[in-house]
Amino acid sequence: MTRKQINNILIWLATIILVIIIMIPGLWVMLSAFRPQVDIMAKPAVWIPRNLSLLQFETMLFGGSEGSMGRSAVPVLDYLINSFTISILSTVIAVIVGTMGGYAFARYNFKGKNKYFLGIMLTRTVPGISLSLPLFILFARIGLIDTDFGIIIVYVALNIPFTVWLTDGFFRQIPKAMSEVAMTDGCTKLQAFWHIELPLAKSGIASAGIFAFLISWNEFAIVSSLARSTDSKTLTVGLMDFTAQFVINWPGMCALAVVIIIPAFILTFLVQKHLVSGLTFGGVKG
Amino acid sequence: MKKFYNGPWVLILPTIIILVCIVFLPLVISLWTSFTPYKLLRPDTIYKFIGLRNYQRIFNDLDFWVAFGRTVLFLAIALNVELVIGLGIALLINKITIGQRLLRTLIMFPMMFSPILVGFQWKYIFNDNIGLLNNFLREFGVIDPIPWLVQGNLALFSIIAAEAWSSTSVFAILLLAGLLGIPRDPIEAARVDGCNAWQVFQNITLPFLMPFIFIAMTIRSLDVARAYDIVQMMTGGGPARRTELLWTLVARTGYVDAKMGLANAMSYISIFLSIAFTFFFFYKLMQSRQQLSYD
Repeated sequence: MTRKQINNILIWLATIILVIIIMIPGLWVMLSAFRPQVDIMAKPAVWIPRNLSLLQFETMLFGGSEGSMGRSAVPVLDYLINSFTISILSTVIAVIVGTMGGYAFARYNFKGKNKYFLGIMLTRTVPGISLSLPLFILFARIGLIDTDFGIIIVYVALNIPFTVWLTDGFFRQIPKAMSEVAMTDGCTKLQAFWHIELPLAKSGIASAGIFAFLISWNEFAIVSSLARSTDSKTLTVGLMDFTAQFVINWPGMCALAVVIIIPAFILTFLVQKHLVSGLTFGGVKG
Repeated sequence: MKKFYNGPWVLILPTIIILVCIVFLPLVISLWTSFTPYKLLRPDTIYKFIGLRNYQRIFNDLDFWVAFGRTVLFLAIALNVELVIGLGIALLINKITIGQRLLRTLIMFPMMFSPILVGFQWKYIFNDNIGLLNNFLREFGVIDPIPWLVQGNLALFSIIAAEAWSSTSVFAILLLAGLLGIPRDPIEAARVDGCNAWQVFQNITLPFLMPFIFIAMTIRSLDVARAYDIVQMMTGGGPARRTELLWTLVARTGYVDAKMGLANAMSYISIFLSIAFTFFFFYKLMQSRQQLSYD
């Protein structure tokens, strides 16, 4: 064998090991969601999956059925609805507000522009848990603890900086001349924005929205402090609730993990292309 | 008034109002509270000013400094491991010509997992009784289960492993984007002039990658506090506080012990830590960008 061939084999070997380390933990959790409790607890371990079923999902979403571990103590369906309500509403508001801001930063020059931009971005550096303490004090006084509304406005604030950052970049890529031509033809500034610049930035704004949704969907530190009951707890807090039980229900938790991962899975796949460019531009080109 | 409606401010105002109400105002409340002995069970204590006494207490508190030191150590190890492995993965994928796109997608797999899911997944894998890892080791004759999350140092190691699994792909993806953008000419010229692979990497590849490394570091340092979710899920700061990080200590002091004043003082220190990390890497990014344009 030549040196080059050995090299090639080593590269492929490394790649295979890498893929295994990356994929196996997640796939193992997903597989466990469909396995019976006895197989998960079995010793020696049962490696070949058998008796796969949707039992855990039925128990979790629609209450206990025969042969399961009894009615799930965690009201997953309520959490699921909360998760969707909070994530969707906070995303829509953040995208509207953030796109307005991003457009202003891309198209206008004003005094202290860079300072404002940096100031907006700096709000993202505050750790969630640090922000949750004063929000807890504030919300307790004005009655927003444990409400969807309270958590939605917090998530809007979390998502705005990134939306501004992304949409600013997307609007910059659209030549200014296009809206200027439209305006000399008699469009108002708003019409030019609505009919020309917005449609061109559409895919960029959509991916900003997906990022915002994922941040809301995945957030834990703040919602775990501000949510107290089924009124506003989300799925991530629900997963934590499982660990507080006396006996850890592994298959149940795995099933909930699958429910949490599915939307993230689909959405990340959709923004894949924008992921790298979204993260790097502005960073390299300046 | 007409000028206001045509200017940028009407567009930026909603952003600013929301951020002031939800971030800046709470931070002011937080700062004030850190100067009071505020306890959740005695609401009137929020009006009592005690100056810097909370900060004094923190500075003399060994538990705090241990958690602080552990947090810095944790970040130093995690970020370096992520950078080195991420760079390795990027270089590896850069070499592969068939199936590169597919591999790139596979590498993004951990990015789909929220920190709480990463925590759960590794709590399950590292479980000493039924975890995948110990089951796997048993097949190779390791009969005594290894107490991954039960023994202090092992638990911290396990958490770093989980953290590295979840964040390495950010580095790999960004550095790969950087590698793909490197012009071929200087590399080939160096080869012709007799440079070996290491010299090419050190003198050409690495300087080009530097801005990408610092972008990845800056993005990463923005959410270092995601470790809170992972730790809370995997160990809750235990066993016997051996995996307590700054953020879990803040949560425990504030919500479990209900000492809000003290917790807010600690949380201010954690905020400065985050800002310091971000600023450091952002500054480095600007510097390396300038250097690249001078060369």
